[in-house]
Amino acid sequence: MTTPGDAIRFDHVDYSVGGIHILKNITGSIPERKITTIVGPSGAGKTTLFKLCNGLQSPDSGEIFIKDRDITRYEPVELRRNVGIALQKATMIKGTVKQNMGLPLKLQGKELEEDRANDLLKTVGLAEVSLQKKAKDLSGGQQQKLSIARTLVNRPDILLLDEITSSLDSVSRQDIEELIEKINNQYGTTILWITHNLQQALSIGNYTWVMMDGELIETGESSFLRNPQNDRVKQFVRGEIE
Amino acid sequence: MSFLTLSISLLFVIIPLVLSKTLNLGLEKDTFIAAVRSIIQLLAVGYVLQFVFNSENMIYIILMVVLMIVAATHNAQRKGSAIKGIIWKLVVTFIFVEILTQAILLGLNITPATAQYIIPISGMVVGNSMVLAILFLNRFTSEIENHQDETELILSLGGTPKQAIHTQLITSIQASTIPTIESQKTIGLVQLPGMMSGQIIAGADPVQAVLFQLLVLFLLLTTAVVTSIMLGYLSYPTLFNHRMQLVGGANQDPE
Repeated sequence: MTTPGDAIRFDHVDYSVGGIHILKNITGSIPERKITTIVGPSGAGKTTLFKLCNGLQSPDSGEIFIKDRDITRYEPVELRRNVGIALQKATMIKGTVKQNMGLPLKLQGKELEEDRANDLLKTVGLAEVSLQKKAKDLSGGQQQKLSIARTLVNRPDILLLDEITSSLDSVSRQDIEELIEKINNQYGTTILWITHNLQQALSIGNYTWVMMDGELIETGESSFLRNPQNDRVKQFVRGEIE
Repeated sequence: MSFLTLSISLLFVIIPLVLSKTLNLGLEKDTFIAAVRSIIQLLAVGYVLQFVFNSENMIYIILMVVLMIVAATHNAQRKGSAIKGIIWKLVVTFIFVEILTQAILLGLNITPATAQYIIPISGMVVGNSMVLAILFLNRFTSEIENHQDETELILSLGGTPKQAIHTQLITSIQASTIPTIESQKTIGLVQLPGMMSGQIIAGADPVQAVLFQLLVLFLLLTTAVVTSIMLGYLSYPTLFNHRMQLVGGANQDPE
C-alpha cells in the first residue's frame, strides 16, 4: 500500500552484489516536499539506495514507488529526469561551466539559454562565476554547487544529494545547507540528503533515516536523533560506530 | 632460395643467441623457440598454400580464410573478455571486413579470383583487422573503466546508453585507427613495406610492386576504420541492460 503524499516508498527492498547483501528488507516512505536526511556509518547502503531511486540500479526483490507509481513503470529516461541525483564526487565533463550545466538539455537535443543558465548560477550562489570558465578550474565547493545546478536543469520533483558537503570547508558547507533549504522552499522539491554530519541532519532535515549494514534501523522526525530508541543508533549518535 | 641458403641464414639466429649468452640477457630460450616455431609454421603454411594454389578449389580457399578468422578471433577475444559475447562480435566483424574487401577487389576486377591473390590479401586483411580489434578492445575497456563516473553521470541525468558511452567510443575508435593512418603518411620514407620489399627481392618490377603495395595500404585503411567502428557499435549495447543501467564491474560499491 502506498500512502498518499509519499514522494518515495520502499516496500521490502533487497539488493545484493556478488553475494554481498547491500540492502536488506528496506521498508519505509519519504514524505513529499520535505527534506529527509539519511545518516549511518560507511557501508550502510545509502548510496545504493539513491541509485535504486534514480534507476541506475534495480532491486533484487521488493518494490519502489515514486509518487505512487511503481518505479518499473517509468521509462528510465523519464525517471532519471524526475529524480535528480548529485553525487559526492561532482563529476564534471570536459568543457565550460555552461556546457556542464547545459548537459541535461543537450542530451535531449536542446540548448540551455544564457538567461536561465545565469539564473541557475545565481540560485546556487555562483553568480560571480563566468559561464565560459572551465568547469575543472572551479573549487570543490563551486563544483558541488554547479553539480546541483546541473541536476536542477531537469526540474526534478525529487532531488537526491549524496554527501555533497563532506569534503568542503565550513563556509562552503554552510552555503550548500542554505541552498538545500532554498531549493526546498522555492521549488517545493522533495530532498533526500545523505550526510555524515548529524548536526546537519538535525538542523536541516525534517525527517531522518538511520541506516546500518544495509538495514533501516530507525526513522522519524529528525529530532529523534537527540534521544534515539535503538541501542545501535545511540552508539552511532555518540560516535562509537563510524 | 634453396634450403642450403636458408640454413646459412640461420647465422642471423646464432648472432643473437651468442650475444644473449655472452651478456647474460637470458633471451636464448625464447630466441630458440621463436626461430624453431617460425620455421615449422611458415614451412607448413608454404606447403599448404602450394597445395591450395595447385588445386584451385574454392572450398580450400574458403577453409583457409575460415582458419584465419578462427585464429584471429582466438587471439583478439582475450582483450575483450569483459564484453559479453565478444567472440561472435569479433567473428561477425572479421567476416564482414573480409567480404567487404573481397567484394570490392573481385567485383571490380581489381584482383583476379585466384587463390594466389585471395589468400595473401585475406591474410593481410584479417591480420590487420585482428590487430585493430586488439587495439580497440584494449582502449575501449580501459576507457570504460576510467570513465565510469562520466558514464553514470550522463545516465543519471537522463541520457541514453549511446550518449553515455559516446565519448569513450569515439576516443577508442580514434586511438585504434590513428597508428594505421599515421604510418601511411611516412611509408616509403622511413621503411619499405614488407610486401613490396618481398616482391622486389623476388624479382618483380618495382613500380608494379608499388602499385600492389598501394592497393594493400588503401585496403588496410578501410579494414582499420571498419573494424573499429563495427566492433565499437556491436560492443557498447552489451554494457547496458534493458533498464539502461551500466552492468558489470561498475556498480559494486557497497556504500
